[in-house]
Parts: sequence; C-alpha cells; structure tokens
Amino acid sequence: MIETGEILQTLRMIQEENFDIRTITLGLNLLDCSDENPERCAERVYTKICRQARQLVPVGESIEKEFGIPIVNKRISVTPVSLICQGDPRPIAKALDRAAQEMGVDFLGGYSALMHKGATLADERLLESIPEVLSETKLVCSSVNVASTRAGMNMNAIREMGEIIKKTAEKTADSDGLGCAKLVVFANAVEDNPFMAGAFCGIGEPESAINVGVSGPGVVKVAMEQIRGEPFDVVAETIKRTAFKITRVGQLVAREASQRLKIPFGIVDLSLAPTPARGDSVAHILTEMGLEMAGAPGTTAALALLNDAVKKGGVMASNHVGGLSGAFIPVSEDIGMIEAAACGALTLEKLEAMTCVCSVGLDMIAVPGDTTAAAISGIIADEAAIGMINNKTTAVRVIPAVGKKAGDRVEFGGLLGYAPVMSVNAYRNDDFIARGGRIPAPLHAMRN
Amino acid sequence: MTKALISVSGLDATGIIARVATRLSELNINILDISQTILGGYFTMMMIVDLDGANRSFDEIDQALQPVREELQMAIHMQRMDIFDAMHRI
Repeated sequence: MIETGEILQTLRMIQEENFDIRTITLGLNLLDCSDENPERCAERVYTKICRQARQLVPVGESIEKEFGIPIVNKRISVTPVSLICQGDPRPIAKALDRAAQEMGVDFLGGYSALMHKGATLADERLLESIPEVLSETKLVCSSVNVASTRAGMNMNAIREMGEIIKKTAEKTADSDGLGCAKLVVFANAVEDNPFMAGAFCGIGEPESAINVGVSGPGVVKVAMEQIRGEPFDVVAETIKRTAFKITRVGQLVAREASQRLKIPFGIVDLSLAPTPARGDSVAHILTEMGLEMAGAPGTTAALALLNDAVKKGGVMASNHVGGLSGAFIPVSEDIGMIEAAACGALTLEKLEAMTCVCSVGLDMIAVPGDTTAAAISGIIADEAAIGMINNKTTAVRVIPAVGKKAGDRVEFGGLLGYAPVMSVNAYRNDDFIARGGRIPAPLHAMRN
Repeated sequence: MTKALISVSGLDATGIIARVATRLSELNINILDISQTILGGYFTMMMIVDLDGANRSFDEIDQALQPVREELQMAIHMQRMDIFDAMHRI
C-alpha cells in the first residue's frame, strides 16, 4: 500500500511545484490526403483531422480529472505539409487551422519542410508562404529542417530562412512578432517530437501515435533545495530520482490516452519544459546549483549535468523514449532566463554554448528589429553546425522585434511569456551567407 | 481493482467521517484504508477506496459525492491511485 507521505509528496508536486503533463500530442499521417488540386487536398486534410482527432481533447480532459494531473496542452502534429501539397500550400494551412480550432487543440504543428539536403518545388512554395500563413492562421506552427549530420547543411535554405523570419516578424509586428514564435528552424529534426513549434509527424511514423511531453522544473528545483552544498554526485542522483518520478506519470498518461483513443503509444519526451510562472523555471535549477544567475561561469556545466541526469532518470521510467528529450532553455518562457537576459548575465553567445549540452537550441529569443536577415541566417548556421557536428538536434526560434532595440521588451502572453530584446553581434556576415550551396556532411556521418 | 484516493479537507466538525463513509457505502464503494488528522482545527482525511463495486463511471461517482461536499462544506477530491503507484512503485 502507498504510504501517506508518498501521496502527499505527489500532491505537493502537482499543487505547489507546478508538475504537469505539458502536452499530449497526436501525431497524424496526412500522406493519403495529397491531391493535385490544392482545395481538394485541403478538404481531405480537414476531414481526416476532424475524424481522427475528435476525441483527443475530451479524453485528455477526462484523464486530467481522473488522475488529478494537469495536462496543459493537447496538440496535433501532422505530416510535413510540403510532402502532401502538389500546388499552393496556403489552402492546406487554412484547413489545418480550421481543423485545429474545431478540435479544440492548443496548437497544430507540421506546416513544415524537410530540406536538409535540398529543396523540392513543394518545399520552395511552402517556404515562400510561411510569413503569410503564420500571420493569418492562429494555431498552425511551422518548422523547417535545414541541416543534418548525415546530409550536411543546406546553406541556401539557411539563407532563405533568415529572410523568412524577418518577413514573418514584419507581418506580425502588431503582436510583437508572434508569428516567429510559431516558426522553428531545425538541424537533425526528430519525427516524433510532441513540443511546439517544431512538432510534425515524420515519414517513419505510423498512421497515428500518441506522444507525451512531461514537465517539472519546479519539482527538480524543490528537490535540489533539500541538498544545498552537497557535491555534484548527490545533485545528479537527486535529479535522476526526480526525473524518474515525473516520467513515470508521463508514461502512465501516455498509456491511458493511447488505450482510450485506441491510437498506438509513440513516445514519452523526457523533458524539463519551463513556463514563465515563478517556480517553473529551468534557470532556477541552475541557480540552485550555486550560480548567482543563469549565464554565470559554470552555467554550461550545470546544464550538462541537469540534461544528462534528466535523461538517465527518465529513460528507466518509460518503455519508449523519444522526441527532443532534455532540458529546454527558451528565454521568454522561463522567468529565470528572462531575468538573466534582462540584467545582462545571459548573452546570445552564452546561450549558444548552452545549446551544445541540452535540448534543443536558441529558443524564444527576441533580437533587435534591425538585425539583418543575413545575421539571422548566420545565427541559424552556427546553431545548425553545432547540431550537425555533435549529432544532436538543434534549433533556432528567434523573434526580430520590429522597431525595438536591445533592452526593450516583447510580450507574447500565455505559455510563450515575454522577453527582453537581446543584442546581436553587429559585425557583417553578408558575403558569408551570400555564398549559398551546401556545407558537406562531417566525416563522422559516414558510419557504415 | 480500480483504486482511488479520496481526500477530504476543511473545518473540523462532528460526523464528517460518518457522512462520507455512509455515502460511499450507499454507492457500494469499499474503503481499503483511512488516515485522518486534525491540524490547527483543520480536518484532513485520506481514504483509499475500490471503485469497482459502484458500477458507475468515475464522473458519475464524483457527481454522487457532490451533495456530501455541499452538506459538509468540505473540499472532497477523488483521483485514481494509479498516479501514486506509477510514481512511487516500480
């Protein structure tokens, strides 16, 4: 029998330490919706999503209620749209948005293109439509994979993405560039990621799958408060134990959702995903380790330990682990990161170093409105290079804050939070980005 | 067996356990374990129960506890035990 102390611990985690299931994401194959007529394709997409996802939100809510654990988001991820659109992709985007609203989900991801080696005509059309689509839809998220360890880096795509991010920011300037918060540029994108903005249903995925992302930085922080001054061996062990407990609940919810929806269980994403709420911050786990602010010397080491211990604890708790799995460091979504960036403790360069040891990349970072497209492409290239060489997923989700400069503030609201505009190195890189072409895959890509 | 935790909390008064237990008995819900304490005039009780005998859905049982909530002016929460088992037992 479970002891009272154990029950109270679980209740405390949920009620006081912000432990929740961040998302149940339904991955859905749309390959069979392809049609040469864009309108007909869009109609098929809409019909299929509404048929398959009808029960997602009601089932999510019933699990929340019965198990007493908040499930913050219910989401849908679909086959990258560039794979199903044979013409204009915009009607499909509208159909996705309409379906997502009809199903009552929080976000739908998959307005995506995989072009790490090169672009198809459909990829090009999709890319071109991104600024318009993200400004005119509400719930659709977009992602583009521009590099992989196996294929190298598509510098043409990286150049284009700099422009597209700028255009998206301009088109959504009245909401502080919110469109860019729904757009992520990947290296080594994963096919079963439940997290936005980068979720899509990869081509190796089944017809449909339930993928679950957990979250509990606050729980880890509180566990760490009990071991102040102890050596790192104890720190790692404490994080592992906590991650295990968190992930077990993720696994339970995933199994239960899978059974009730009669959709196969895909993966649990072993994640520490912060929110802007106090007590739900990854940065504050780092400060609890003994750093005055995130960004202080030692931050990368602290994050490396945290990320690794989360995986080690979580992997034992779930029978299928996948997605992005690790600690996230989105600036605008983490009160500790916001504070560190605002006071200058945390810079873009330090964040880049941190992305070498955690999941996923430069995330939710506001940059000055006059940052050039080439500079954004350069940031993407640097991040993609880290991913390519280190065989890991990296991503860039930056928001050029139109009309704002370093030190100003942008506001997105909700889980997306707010962020100080961070300064970008102002030296030019235009000639570098203008070259285009491909950066060859690294030597260790050839493993056969 | 579908086990659930029922937690009851609020200002202490006479007959809380009796009232809750009576309702559970009417619903044919078997009580497996009870722990109860008073902290600063505040009553807290945790019951572990077996829902199978009730032959009703989780929602229906929760609804059936509503009159007791209102009558006693207590917070009564019910949740499946699976979450505690998952977290604390391998």
